[in-house]
Amino acid sequence: MFELSAADGTAVELSLRIALVATAWALPFGIAIGWLLARGKFWGKTVLDGLVHLPLVLPPVVTGYLLLIWFGRKGPVGAFLYDHFGVVFAFRWTGAALASAVMGFPLLVRPIRLALETIDRRLEDAAATLGANPALVFVTVTLPLALPGIIAGVLLCFARALGEFGATITFVSNIPGETQTISAAIYTFLQIPDGDAAAGRLVVVAIIMSLAALIAAEWLGRRASARFHGE
Amino acid sequence: MLALEVEKQFGALSLAARFQIAGGVTALFGPSGAGKTSLINMIAGLLKPDRGCIVLDDTILFDAAKAINVPPHRRRIGYVFQEGRLFPHLSVRQNLDYGGRMSGRSRDAAEFERTAALLGITHLLARRPRMLSGGERQRVAIGRALLMQPRLLLLDEPLASLDAGHKGEILPYLMRLRDEAAVPMVYVSHIAAEVRQIATHVVRLDQGRVADIGGLELLAGAS
Repeated sequence: MFELSAADGTAVELSLRIALVATAWALPFGIAIGWLLARGKFWGKTVLDGLVHLPLVLPPVVTGYLLLIWFGRKGPVGAFLYDHFGVVFAFRWTGAALASAVMGFPLLVRPIRLALETIDRRLEDAAATLGANPALVFVTVTLPLALPGIIAGVLLCFARALGEFGATITFVSNIPGETQTISAAIYTFLQIPDGDAAAGRLVVVAIIMSLAALIAAEWLGRRASARFHGE
Repeated sequence: MLALEVEKQFGALSLAARFQIAGGVTALFGPSGAGKTSLINMIAGLLKPDRGCIVLDDTILFDAAKAINVPPHRRRIGYVFQEGRLFPHLSVRQNLDYGGRMSGRSRDAAEFERTAALLGITHLLARRPRMLSGGERQRVAIGRALLMQPRLLLLDEPLASLDAGHKGEILPYLMRLRDEAAVPMVYVSHIAAEVRQIATHVVRLDQGRVADIGGLELLAGAS
């Protein structure tokens, strides 16, 4: 009755892989940008903040189109990455990961930035007087104290990446086994007569996966903040 | 020995101080707003003077003319903050070990046991700072600063955040520290009774200036 076909399984596996890779690559950048926005004092900070949040407000199809222009094989960034590292984004699952990372990035940065802003900077001073150089202060005090925000950002970014559709399909199309994620597969099923049942199965899968991500976020966030409250 | 001659302008208040201290416990005594905390922040390297120099033993920590400013993590000066500032994500034991870990020294188990016993915190090692009383927190903060084997220990009103009962709990430990540990201390306070009990020398500050330097007799009549 409820059985996923091999193609459904591929779409699920692909969605998970794309979302995981997207989140893992976005995380270091998310921490760096979050830190710059929370602590940095530089000209153009508002512009950077705006750029980071742009994918949240732009139509996804526009983001996908911009990615296509820049990261396509002939695009300035895409050509450079291909020539020097042999990395191809266009019409590959890696491109889907890039699109998902860009779309999830604002959701990743925001909680990290907020967490960094609320950290008691005086604890960092205390660490310095105890002999910790700035890098060690960051790793042993700043990052652990920002952990609840980092976890929240990671899970939001991951959930967003799982469901990404508009930018992905614009940038890397809808190729089964390569770029056809759950969302794209549902869309495809809905284009064919009698595709409703097949789409329905994937809809259920999508709901379960999103719920699991939300519950994980809640649980991990609570565990992380409980550590500071001595429970 | 610590020799200090510094100037700094903060808005309306100008701070200009010059004094030397040797061993024992030197109290920086004066009303709030006299610049006491700013001065020890300069000694610790958390605040940069506009002019002057700070020399500890034979190390220049700060010299504006020679553009020397040793960062706090290389000064090896212990600092007990008014509010303790224990790391909330670490246990008491990890807080105590933090200084040693950061400087890569091998852990001296005997020294650890001795310090924990001196401060009466041996039974608290597994706890998180949130689970401690104010007095216990301050004792751990003192232990954490001592275990980094500081060349100088700064204490910024370590009793100010405690109620009367807990103050009485800390003072005896500080006196034992003064009598048993060889590390010189700078003790910031605006309460004469506290200074009388703990200090051996007094530097009296008023409105950013050194008003007097001497022994406990400076406290005569002060409350």
